Amino acid sequence: MRNRSIALAGGLLTLLAASPASAFMAYVSNEKDNTVSVVDTATMQVVKTIKTGQRPRGITISHDGKFVYLCASDDDTIEIIDTATGEIVGSLPSGPDPELFVLSPDGKMLYVANEDDNLVTVIDIESKAVVTEIPVGVEPEGMGISPDGKVMVNTSETTNMAHFIDTTTHEIVNNVLVDARPRFVEFTPDGKQAWVSAEIGGTVSVIDNASREVVHKVTFEIPGLRAESIQPVGLRITADGKKAYVALGPANRVAVVNTETFEVEKYILVGQRVWQLAFTPGQKQVITTNGVSNDITFIDVETDEPVQSVTVGSLPWGVAVSPK
Amino acid sequence: MKSSVPTTLAIFFGLFFASVNVAPAQEAAPKPAPAAKPAVKPAKEAVEIKIGYLRAYEPTLALSVLDMPPRDEGVAGATVAVADNNTTGSFMGQKFILDVTEVKFDADVTAIFDEMVAKGERYVLTDISAPQLLSIADKARDAGILLFNVGNSDDSLREEDCRINVFHIAPTRSMLADGLAQYLVWKQWPRWALITGSHDRDKLFAAALRRAAERFGGQIVGEKEFTDTGTAKQTDSGIVQIQKQMPVFTQDLPDHDVLLVADESEVFGSYLPFRTWVPRPVAGTAGMVPTAWHPASEQWGGAQIQNRFEKASGRRMLSRDMSAWTAARIIGEAATRTQSADARKIEDFIRGDGFSVAAFRGQRVTFRKWNWQLRQPIFLGDGRGVITTSPQEGFLHQVSELDTLGVDQPETKCVLK
Repeated sequence: MRNRSIALAGGLLTLLAASPASAFMAYVSNEKDNTVSVVDTATMQVVKTIKTGQRPRGITISHDGKFVYLCASDDDTIEIIDTATGEIVGSLPSGPDPELFVLSPDGKMLYVANEDDNLVTVIDIESKAVVTEIPVGVEPEGMGISPDGKVMVNTSETTNMAHFIDTTTHEIVNNVLVDARPRFVEFTPDGKQAWVSAEIGGTVSVIDNASREVVHKVTFEIPGLRAESIQPVGLRITADGKKAYVALGPANRVAVVNTETFEVEKYILVGQRVWQLAFTPGQKQVITTNGVSNDITFIDVETDEPVQSVTVGSLPWGVAVSPK
Repeated sequence: MKSSVPTTLAIFFGLFFASVNVAPAQEAAPKPAPAAKPAVKPAKEAVEIKIGYLRAYEPTLALSVLDMPPRDEGVAGATVAVADNNTTGSFMGQKFILDVTEVKFDADVTAIFDEMVAKGERYVLTDISAPQLLSIADKARDAGILLFNVGNSDDSLREEDCRINVFHIAPTRSMLADGLAQYLVWKQWPRWALITGSHDRDKLFAAALRRAAERFGGQIVGEKEFTDTGTAKQTDSGIVQIQKQMPVFTQDLPDHDVLLVADESEVFGSYLPFRTWVPRPVAGTAGMVPTAWHPASEQWGGAQIQNRFEKASGRRMLSRDMSAWTAARIIGEAATRTQSADARKIEDFIRGDGFSVAAFRGQRVTFRKWNWQLRQPIFLGDGRGVITTSPQEGFLHQVSELDTLGVDQPETKCVLK
């Protein structure tokens, strides 16, 4: 009882501290030290560190901002963190080695990639029950869902495919070959394209969602860097559909891609081994996780300049930002 | 070399049918074909792609029980890769089948190889000696069969004895030695003493170390040979002997930064660390060892393949397992990308300009087209973990930094035939 009131008070303090205009909370999963860092996006400071299960990687937040969902990969579970208290309040039956997941647009379903078992697990969040498991290629990783929620895409890192899965029948409807080690999927806001990053292939494949064919491949070139060190991973597209941000791993840069011309307009230098990305609500900023330098970088979306880096835990992997 | 091309093409054309698992009638096999299987299969059935694995095996010992080679070393890697290929194959209508053939260490492999060919194996992973490999290489070429060397590190197989149809997945001794030398030079530990075992393969690795010293600015200040006189293993009294023997043996070496050891035969090398006359790090076949893979590597998605491998075989993944995994994945990758089981299409794809595979080594791995050696980073590790991977920063190359490891194109003696 006492513990609870302290936690509540802590939550209240956090809320109070967060009250100045446009302050959101960014939740960063730290793969190596089994924590989530909570960062105030206005003050750009770590306000709390939450102990989690082992090897936390994929992280997302419910649409109402009440719960953070976290893949605790080595514990074979998804942990539910109450954002008001910062406490783990439950778990979801993810299946083995969950790495990445995506929430359905209606917030009811969670689609999880089980990396060790070549499966995508579909979880009903309310009942915390597994709806079904869908066999996919080797080392499933990237998970994306169309804005209308009708099709979900999983990428398999060793099979090198984007598997398009009908969310009603839970069956694979198309397999699209992409370049080596596909990592992440993001649909354009109009749902017409799925963008798939390939870490070892060094490209982003743009797949037409109607024909399910690769219509363009975005390539990257940075003077002074070997092609092998440019490894696209995390990927986010702005709500107006005009710009794509691509995290380039050990190239330590985020590429800004014009979605119309598919040309890279800028490379933004951030921290080392930049991995995943998330926008703040309203998309004034994009936050990057930099695994090797143990920090995150705030990028101003209007100018595409890095604003500030903030030290978090050890090997930051993913990031999710509260919607309010 | 050119004159053989038309023949090869004709044979590949024949193979097109074999690859969809129709009995290979065109091949004039000296002995009667095994009982005919139904040649026509239901249209929906997956196309079979057979991968052979030819292995010459004898149990070998190691100085430490922790280093005993597992019974299924190499084969276990191919098994995991074929399972991976089959997961992908389930989306492609392709089914991969692994067929392992094991012979005695010094056996004649020609007859058994004929049997593998008769079974329709178009791709054969080999873990055999250089003479054994050369005894089947030309025959394989004439039958349009691709060999993937996963266990032999002899430089000669990539140089004077290279063959057009032999792809080398295992790194050479010179690649291993160069990977080690780059790190020692980067550390600014350039003066090396070298102790070599008395067996042929020990001498080959010592030669690779001498070559590496010359290439990267190391200096071999002194050398000794350790003759194999049937030394006792580390049993009750052995340990006392060894503890006295090793310091004395290394006492008269000139002053050095690092003690290099070339003892592939596992006669004495592992006894050197912490027993030298002067306190010096040991590297080579003991101490810090260059390898194609490390059982503790978790970088670059390595945790995933290690987990998958451990679940399948109950142990950690070793270099030979990784080479075999990579070989079978190369075949799978080509079959996926060409969306075909046509042996000619698969071969053309593997030989093509853009060919690469992802193999948990931080960058795509590709082939050196002048001798079909797989370019790859070299892991340097001790018994516990990975210390570093080479090429080291600063060793530059105009084509690929991976070509700073081993014999490069301008110096190759290979004429593919």
